[in-house]
Amino acid sequence: MNSPATQFTDQANRVSRDLRHRRLIQTALGKYEIVRDQRKAAFQDWSAARQAAAETKYDAINHLDKYLEEFVSKIEARGTKVHWAGNAAAARDIITGILRQRNARSVIKSKTMTAEEIHLTEALEAAGVKVVESDLGEFIVQLRREAPYHLVFPAMHLTRGEISDLFTRELHSAATDSPEELTMIARRELRKQYLAADAGITGANFAIAETGMIAITENEGNARLTAAMPKLMISLVGIEKILPRLEDLALFLPMLATTGAGQTLTGYNSLYGGPRQPGESDGPEEFHVVLLDDRRTELLADAEQRDALHCIRCGACLNVCPIFRNVGGHTYGTTYSGPIGSVITPHLRGLQDWKHLSAASSLCGACTEACPVKIDLHHHLLQNRRNAATQKPRRLERLGWKIFAAIVNHPWLYALARLLVFVTQPLHALFAGSRLDFVRGWTQSRDLPPVARQSFKNWWRYRS
Amino acid sequence: MTDREKILGRIREALAVPAPHPGHATTTSTRPAAEARRWLPLVGETFDEQIALFRANAADLRADFQLLASRDELAPRLRQLAQAEGWQRVASHGGELAQLGCDALNLPVLLADQSYDPLALEACDVGITGCDALIAQTGSVLVTSRSAGGRAASVLPPHHVVIARREQLLPDLPAAFDLVKRKYQPDYPSFISLITGPSRTGDIERILVLGAHGPKKLTVFCF
Repeated sequence: MNSPATQFTDQANRVSRDLRHRRLIQTALGKYEIVRDQRKAAFQDWSAARQAAAETKYDAINHLDKYLEEFVSKIEARGTKVHWAGNAAAARDIITGILRQRNARSVIKSKTMTAEEIHLTEALEAAGVKVVESDLGEFIVQLRREAPYHLVFPAMHLTRGEISDLFTRELHSAATDSPEELTMIARRELRKQYLAADAGITGANFAIAETGMIAITENEGNARLTAAMPKLMISLVGIEKILPRLEDLALFLPMLATTGAGQTLTGYNSLYGGPRQPGESDGPEEFHVVLLDDRRTELLADAEQRDALHCIRCGACLNVCPIFRNVGGHTYGTTYSGPIGSVITPHLRGLQDWKHLSAASSLCGACTEACPVKIDLHHHLLQNRRNAATQKPRRLERLGWKIFAAIVNHPWLYALARLLVFVTQPLHALFAGSRLDFVRGWTQSRDLPPVARQSFKNWWRYRS
Repeated sequence: MTDREKILGRIREALAVPAPHPGHATTTSTRPAAEARRWLPLVGETFDEQIALFRANAADLRADFQLLASRDELAPRLRQLAQAEGWQRVASHGGELAQLGCDALNLPVLLADQSYDPLALEACDVGITGCDALIAQTGSVLVTSRSAGGRAASVLPPHHVVIARREQLLPDLPAAFDLVKRKYQPDYPSFISLITGPSRTGDIERILVLGAHGPKKLTVFCF
């Protein structure tokens, strides 16, 4: 098994040369940029809105204990059962436990990255539960037995032709190149599932402390059906999803829609505050909320990077990232890809194994600029690099710098080194870039400039 | 120690060290989002401006918005729709406006605010519901499990018809959440939703398709 870093480099090499992939991603993101800019321009003051959103999330995260307790007491008061999961395994056990107790054999699931994070579907299937993804993009990648490609657009890497072939193979539908017909095939297939499923599982975009409700944002209506039809509803919610007040949504919903998909508002923004209440005709009889830590408190303890918990998972930083756009979503090998994934994955899954993601950056700062809640993303990438090096210094690199320092601090050594390189460089040119080359990492894709015939010092001294 | 105590303990320990304020500011205000109206897209002051904005947003969303001169116009318009689409069964709920819609049609009605058979609801051609408000800023319809006959009547049938009064038009999102609080606090319905256009997806090559899982059509009548 290769290390995550080797896998990343290999796949990045392959994908960035794939012209078909480049074309698909550039087209999709080109369209996104146009509508996103139109929506941003409609705001009276986008930059003030960003600052306000950042401050609201700052308030929420920096008083997380207080707001979580408020959220829990309010939502429990309406008959919701709240569970606390310290890590991914605990969350999986809680959810499989609830399903087993109610003898639920089939689950309809609406899009949730948090469930991807804890590998919920695999755990449920291992427990003998049938799981169907209801979001169209997720449904497609589930049929392909693949992870979602992007936080917001899971099937962005596929053409309609590939999706048609997939549906023909898996659902025995007639081939078509119309996105509309493909959508209708999925609609017919999933309709049956909403009514037949024993339980519905959702994520949440926000958890409102003041009123004790979870908020789910979606375009398709699949989450609404998931929360309306089955008798049992389970929502998996990361503890960082908290917003203090109901009216905060007046700002966050349009901002999420704008940066997420270039919409004024997403199709359905729904709040769920409990199971079916007395006097209500439908909705689940039981509603469970599973609050997930899974090393979020470790990120919280890093005050310097705490604002990474402000993330509302809009995907804006992925969309503008030159690395993401070249290497694609699957290359990361993580649930959360792009700049935000590169920042938080080392915290969620270990710094030494995932530090390479922080190096895969041009530090252009486009992500920080795009973030609606002002997460200082590109600086966090630098901090991850620093932390990785402090935690586990590389001896060879240290030695290299020591030698360099000695050379530049002693003029006679510098002159000697220059002479040595001057003489040996023509020899190096014979095997530069080949497997024998000891600086191959540099030379296989770049030129090594020749050492100047004359040193600057010399030139300065004898200039006319 | 329970998991709840463990997690809350870890949070409190982590928060002992303060974090830098966002945007390199030195302080942070406590209720910033309360002023959202100053930054959100502009909404006109008058009813005419607001209804024009709602209409423009609805057109953008491919929702059908019909402003009626009086309530008498509702019945013929609904009958026209019913005929054009060949409605056989209607889902609706108790409540003056939804009732008004059902009375205009001579069709069997499933009342979704009483216990109902989900398969019967799935077989309905249209869901006719009331709402809590229309929102000019975004072209949205605000519904709750109390104002729209539960959770499913406005999402399961392929066509959602909303009947609203002019007085129900609100300027913007802050006004919508303010209404939710004033109307329901502390006894909130278990489901509250902002419906913005018919169900849609762009998951295949970012090409817009209507009717992904929810209604393919959204019609809003307002008198």
